Amino acid sequence: MNNIQLDSQNRLKHFLGIEGLKRDLLIEILDTAASLINVHEKAVKKVPLLRGKMVINLFFEPSTRTRTTFELAAKRLSADVLNFNIDTSSSSKGETLIDMLRNLEAMHCDMFVVRHNASGAAHFMAQHVASHISIINAGDGQHEHPTQAMLDMYTIRQYKSDFTPLRVAIVGDILHSRVARSNIHALTILGASEVRVVGPKTLIPKGIEELGVKVFHDLKRGLCDVDVIIMLRLQRERMQGALLPSAYEYFQYYGLTEKILNVAHPDAIVMHPGPINRGVEIDSTVADGVRSVILQQVSNGIAVRMAVMAMTLSTMESPSLKKEQ
Amino acid sequence: MTTLSILGGRVIDPASNLDLVTDLYIVDGKILSIGTPPANFSAERQIDAKNQIVCPGLIDLSVRLREPGAEHKGTIKSETHAAAAGGITTLCCPPDTNPIIDTPAVVEHLSHRAIDAGMAKVLPLAALTQGLKGEHLAELGHLKKNGCIGVSNVQPIINTNVLRHALEYAANCELKVFIYAQDPWLTCDGGIHEGAISTRLGLYGIPEIAETIEVARHLFLIEMTGVQAHFCRLSTARAVDMVKQAQAKGLPVTADVSAHHLFLTDVDISDYSSQCHVNPPLRSEHDKKGLREGLIQGGINAVCSDHQPHETDAKLSPFAMTAPGISGLDTLLSLILSLAEEMQIDLMTVLGYVTYQPAKILDIDAGTLAIGNAADIVIFDPSHHWILSEDNMHSLGHNSPFLGRKFKGKVMYTLINGQVVYTHSKVKSEK
Repeated sequence: MNNIQLDSQNRLKHFLGIEGLKRDLLIEILDTAASLINVHEKAVKKVPLLRGKMVINLFFEPSTRTRTTFELAAKRLSADVLNFNIDTSSSSKGETLIDMLRNLEAMHCDMFVVRHNASGAAHFMAQHVASHISIINAGDGQHEHPTQAMLDMYTIRQYKSDFTPLRVAIVGDILHSRVARSNIHALTILGASEVRVVGPKTLIPKGIEELGVKVFHDLKRGLCDVDVIIMLRLQRERMQGALLPSAYEYFQYYGLTEKILNVAHPDAIVMHPGPINRGVEIDSTVADGVRSVILQQVSNGIAVRMAVMAMTLSTMESPSLKKEQ
Repeated sequence: MTTLSILGGRVIDPASNLDLVTDLYIVDGKILSIGTPPANFSAERQIDAKNQIVCPGLIDLSVRLREPGAEHKGTIKSETHAAAAGGITTLCCPPDTNPIIDTPAVVEHLSHRAIDAGMAKVLPLAALTQGLKGEHLAELGHLKKNGCIGVSNVQPIINTNVLRHALEYAANCELKVFIYAQDPWLTCDGGIHEGAISTRLGLYGIPEIAETIEVARHLFLIEMTGVQAHFCRLSTARAVDMVKQAQAKGLPVTADVSAHHLFLTDVDISDYSSQCHVNPPLRSEHDKKGLREGLIQGGINAVCSDHQPHETDAKLSPFAMTAPGISGLDTLLSLILSLAEEMQIDLMTVLGYVTYQPAKILDIDAGTLAIGNAADIVIFDPSHHWILSEDNMHSLGHNSPFLGRKFKGKVMYTLINGQVVYTHSKVKSEK
């Protein structure tokens, strides 16, 4: 279904999801990100790859971290950035997503970075947007969050070099998590030896096994001998739909503590897409501990987003810009 | 006296098990004889039906006409015309119009408008409860007297005590209840079957048990109240089995399926295709197979279009934000013919699912070519190939997942009460 994100030469035109992408392309994103990782250390923290380009951040859901890192990434590539934080109330004024798209197109922009609460929203926009505009999915409903997955892969590669021997556990609210889905696809494509999802039955969606994962409902068993642990944020709202009794009970059974961490591989790293809920899904001693790479993920996010933006916009360009890179 | 003869067609009448190349004679809107012309008969008009199939006009158990209340999606005129073009001569419309069909005034309005349109015969279903709210009974006696063919819940009646009384009262009025079985708590905005595909797409799924629990609740109450009941649009193999078992036990229940549920599954939504957003949702391959088997082995009695026309914008959003429904009048006959081919069953049997079987469910004298019956007839060319496009759809709603699909079989003439109400352009141009 993600073929729409590739151009005729199989290069990234949009970045909508990890599903269906080839290993080589994911590696290319990681390598491109590696070449951009040190830009911020220079006296002038910018490269001119997207000079004269206009990027619009279109956020229909609140976000601080993702929006900010996208903004920073665009600015380090020398693009101009506009932020639209769209309260869902204004889209309920009657303007459809299509109308909004047409209006923004009229502002002569080159890229939309979109976050939307409806699964498939980025895909929908890519189907209907003018052909010279790239769409980057910054999270669509419960579907995908591909740049988060790529920054997670980048971080894993920093610590583990090779994906193939890795056992990875994704822990928590899989049902509502777009991060989980994108990470499952990325890890599978990159050849990780085992991907596990761990959580209570109420938070594991039906048929997830068909994505190539093993399901665990017991945290200790799920973490046994794993090399990477990806913790997911537990939304407070989950108590309301009778999915869980209390945050306290959740922490007792699924919270990551130093003690539980002992069952994992001694070199296991702990990741989290943020923002973290201390004492709900993760204990402070783990979040701030030596195995935590959570803040590293945030830094890597900028380079990975720079890479994706540069790659997608370069497919829209003449070959000369491609050479400049 | 008006007279008409239909000559040399392959006449198929599932109700009487007739399949024969013969002639049909119609006088004053009624079928007078088949095979031999009546004495002193001279036809004012003759229709040459050579190489064509002549069968009873189709009866569609569920057509949203969209009038009153949503005329930008469809009108009685536009949709009954589309029905006629699709070979449908009688149709049932659910009560969820705006205003809702829960008073005799709305029934009368609808009936008059349908008669004015002069196309397919419209049989309204009335609301079982006032405003379809599941709280107070609608005036079922009055509604029946004013022409409602049955009553329907459309939305689940949550309060089981109200549901019990509603079924008892409907039984008392000798009205058949048309039940939409979907548990509201287990149903969410997703519009997709809960399973691997909903999980992959990140859409909230509607589980199979949303249907089976509601069918079970109703079956117990049907047994208790003795009401005549019909399950609308079953979507799961297990629900079909449940109805089949209930029928075997002798309960007065029947069920139908939409044509699209016999052809599409959740796999067709893999690309967030909003044209495949329907309610109940498209289910698994296993369910599709179960629905098809239900037609042959019992549990499913009839096939309908579940026609729900929409304006283009209603489908132009991310999947979960789009309106559910398929515009189905233009494809019902062709899908039925495809079903015969795919399942390798004879035309007589499949045409029964859209003619005398729904007539039996509605308890009306239609859906058959019996002598003395109204001449509601469709004549179609079974080997005419065509491709569904927005340009050749007759319904105001062009929302079909079958756009671009090749079909075989096209209506050439539709007759209602012996009047030709639709003629295909091919026949017109040949003249």
